[in-house]
Amino acid sequence: MKSLNELKSLRERLEKGQQLAEKPLRTIIIGMGTCGIAAGARGVLLAIMDELAAKNLSDTAVTQTSCIGMCEKEPLVEVVVEGKSTLYAYVNGEKARRIVLSHIINGEPVTEWSVERALGGRV
Amino acid sequence: MIEAPNKRSAQIDVFVGQPGGMLKALHALQSQSEANFLSPADIKLVASKFGVPVAKVWGTVTFYSLFATTPRGRHIIRVCENAPCHVVGASDILAALEQHLKIRAGGTTTDGLFTLEATSCLGVCGVAPAIMIDSTVYGNLTKEQLPALLAEYRQEAQA
Amino acid sequence: MKYYRAHVLICSGSNCAIKGCQTIKDALVAVLNKHELQSEIKVVDTGCLGWCEQGPSMVIYPEGVMYSRLKNSDMDEIVTEHLLKGRFVHRLMTQSTDTLGLASPLNMTPFFQKQRRVVLKNCGLINPERLEDYIHAGGYTALATALDKYAPEEIIAMVLDAGLRGRGGAGFLTGKKWSYTKAALGEPKYLICNADEGEPGTFKDRLILEGDPHLIVEGMAIAAYAIGASKGIIYVRGEYDLSIKRMEQAVLQARENGILGEGVLGSGFNFDIEVCAGAGAYVCGEETALIESIEGNRGEPRFKPPYPAEKGLWGLPTCVNNVETLANIPAIIENSPTWYRSLGTENSPGTKVFTLTGNITNSGLIEVPMGITLREIIYDIGGGIPQGRRFKMAQTGGTSGGCLAEEHLDLPMDYDSLASHGSSLGSGALLIMDDSHCILDLTHCFLKFFVHESCGKCTPCREGTPALYKLIGKMTAGQGNQDDLELIHRLARTMQDSSLCALGQTAPVPVLSAFRHFWPEVEAHMTGNCLAHKCFSGRGSKHDH
Ligand SMILES: Cc1cc2nc3c(=O)[nH]c(=O)nc-3n(C[C@H](O)[C@H](O)[C@H](O)COP(=O)(O)O)c2cc1C
Ligand code: FES
Repeated sequence: MKSLNELKSLRERLEKGQQLAEKPLRTIIIGMGTCGIAAGARGVLLAIMDELAAKNLSDTAVTQTSCIGMCEKEPLVEVVVEGKSTLYAYVNGEKARRIVLSHIINGEPVTEWSVERALGGRV
Repeated sequence: MIEAPNKRSAQIDVFVGQPGGMLKALHALQSQSEANFLSPADIKLVASKFGVPVAKVWGTVTFYSLFATTPRGRHIIRVCENAPCHVVGASDILAALEQHLKIRAGGTTTDGLFTLEATSCLGVCGVAPAIMIDSTVYGNLTKEQLPALLAEYRQEAQA
Repeated sequence: MKYYRAHVLICSGSNCAIKGCQTIKDALVAVLNKHELQSEIKVVDTGCLGWCEQGPSMVIYPEGVMYSRLKNSDMDEIVTEHLLKGRFVHRLMTQSTDTLGLASPLNMTPFFQKQRRVVLKNCGLINPERLEDYIHAGGYTALATALDKYAPEEIIAMVLDAGLRGRGGAGFLTGKKWSYTKAALGEPKYLICNADEGEPGTFKDRLILEGDPHLIVEGMAIAAYAIGASKGIIYVRGEYDLSIKRMEQAVLQARENGILGEGVLGSGFNFDIEVCAGAGAYVCGEETALIESIEGNRGEPRFKPPYPAEKGLWGLPTCVNNVETLANIPAIIENSPTWYRSLGTENSPGTKVFTLTGNITNSGLIEVPMGITLREIIYDIGGGIPQGRRFKMAQTGGTSGGCLAEEHLDLPMDYDSLASHGSSLGSGALLIMDDSHCILDLTHCFLKFFVHESCGKCTPCREGTPALYKLIGKMTAGQGNQDDLELIHRLARTMQDSSLCALGQTAPVPVLSAFRHFWPEVEAHMTGNCLAHKCFSGRGSKHDH
């Protein structure tokens, strides 16, 4: 990058790209900071990939992010379906598979595992 | 396993000309060492390469907690014992590990697989109590989880 | 380039248009113009947001707060409260979140409502391994603006005007430190980002490095431009594997894209960054010890003066700044010092990242305006004390900070208020303890840390820390007497007065604050009573291995 203008046009391109790009129907975002990994996020990631592959759900994107501050609630997994997001707390491999089945396939968020519930304390 | 000295020496040649390269050389040597430590031969090697007294290298090595001067196990288990971990039960974790591995903090298991170290804050207090095995952090621990966790490392060693 | 600090999304879908969105929008624009905010805040027409039964509604980003059932007369309050002062207008906030299809219902949870994310704005939201994500979120605009529009002196003046104080512990005015380094003679000058983070209970820097590494690259580049440094070093503690990896990757990406190296962003300014890993020593967080460590030596503090600003790394002018300090810089450049001062308090402007640990329901990391009370942090954000227990004490500022008792719950959290109560804001660590803990048992635990981490260079600290540790140990064993108390006070004073660096100077702080705020409990130990039933039964000194 050589200048302010170039940065600006790159940003505009990115913005357009974001709008034009074929958005995946569903996105699963896994918190992969040290705290997430410490709490078992790797196992969760593997379980999700595995379950998605088993169910042939190629239209679901899996990405990572870092810690959002709620370390104690890790592993955290955010599921975004049609712009609507649900954040799950204390996810483990087994819960991850249930989330894929219930939320991704059947479109029913597993509300009892959502972070809003967990904010009241460990469930 | 002691490697041929010329091979060890080659590992650190790149750092010799660098400003502040000595710490990097020590990091490199230790990470290549089978028993996770810096031997007297290593320390002499670094001293001669960098043209400083052995005492200076020795002083530097013993200053930092990530360096060891005695052989250690294949996996280093580090248990944080600072206040944030302490108030949520870190000492129970340390005690359970000591009992399970049949060693005290600072010791190495007879099979040479684990060394147990008590350390200062690991920076993962958000998931306290926490331990680190090599460079992997495990948090929100209860002592019940420990046997299964260690079993994984044992299995891997056997495989 | 136009940068808006907030976006207001108003639905102009057909349903809402019926409910009067257009007039709401006109009313809002009029109020914005009246406050001359039109260049800072963008009003965006969106399609139907899907919560028509609540309409007319709007969402304000970055906070993602939604207001609904709006009337034209509400616009004044929304602008002056929310957009100017950063306070949400609770009476207009949408109540039920799950029926609304809002992108992030998280923002409505108490955990986020009281937070104000400046430093952490991207953390947990973007993919930290992608430069594109950072740029898309507005990244590197501040650097480009700085290089394009301002002279180095002007940047320093802006940071000084903003009143930003160092977030590494001491709270020194960042703009001042920069001006000293700028004025010092010697080439090249160095900028060091202190990411050695070793204060127990602190993990904010790790989270920033892991979650938004490009923010640090940007903050460092602006700082270096201001002070005239051509070399940057980021010293990351050796245990932070992921942080080291992410920083190295970010530096590489920045270099490949002309953001670092010769002619940053096409300007005449040259700057590059090297990532350096520590080797496990708390004292290396002290700036002169850190410099020794980078030079490849034992990390022992140097005598000051000369300060690093004059003679630092390799004897050249060096500025050492904490990660969080540098992470504040881009926001100040982008939004103006006045905006920054609108957050926080008079003497401690801006936000502060706190790490919540111990007996608290939502342990983790938060960013709040300075001056928020301990009570709000613990009960509103932290979710209170778990297991039905009672709050007993909080240690602020990490292990070298003091313990506060229940009567201090309404103290504002800023540099000066805490200092006046024998504690400190320090690194932002907040250790919360319930009534099952004994103040002396904990003090013993704090001291053990100092015994372990004292570097041994100066006598008061090398000999004082173990002596204090033994004396407090004696008290937890029920064997303390009046003479010991006097000795503790004398030792503490000697260490505070004559230790070489702040490690030895602050080691007695937890002891003194325990005596000051929990005296009856301390005294009870002299007569063989531990009110929390921790000591004497062989449990009290159990961390003695
Ligand atoms: C024993 C000791 C440990 C310290 N540890 C850190 C640390 O881990 N991180 C940090 O930024 N500052 C630490 N400091 C403070 C630094 O000396 C220095 O004041 C700070 O990096 C300056 O940056 P700031 O002005 O941005 O706060 C420590 C100080 C002492 C005495
Ligand atoms: S106190 Fe244990 S990891 Fe920080």
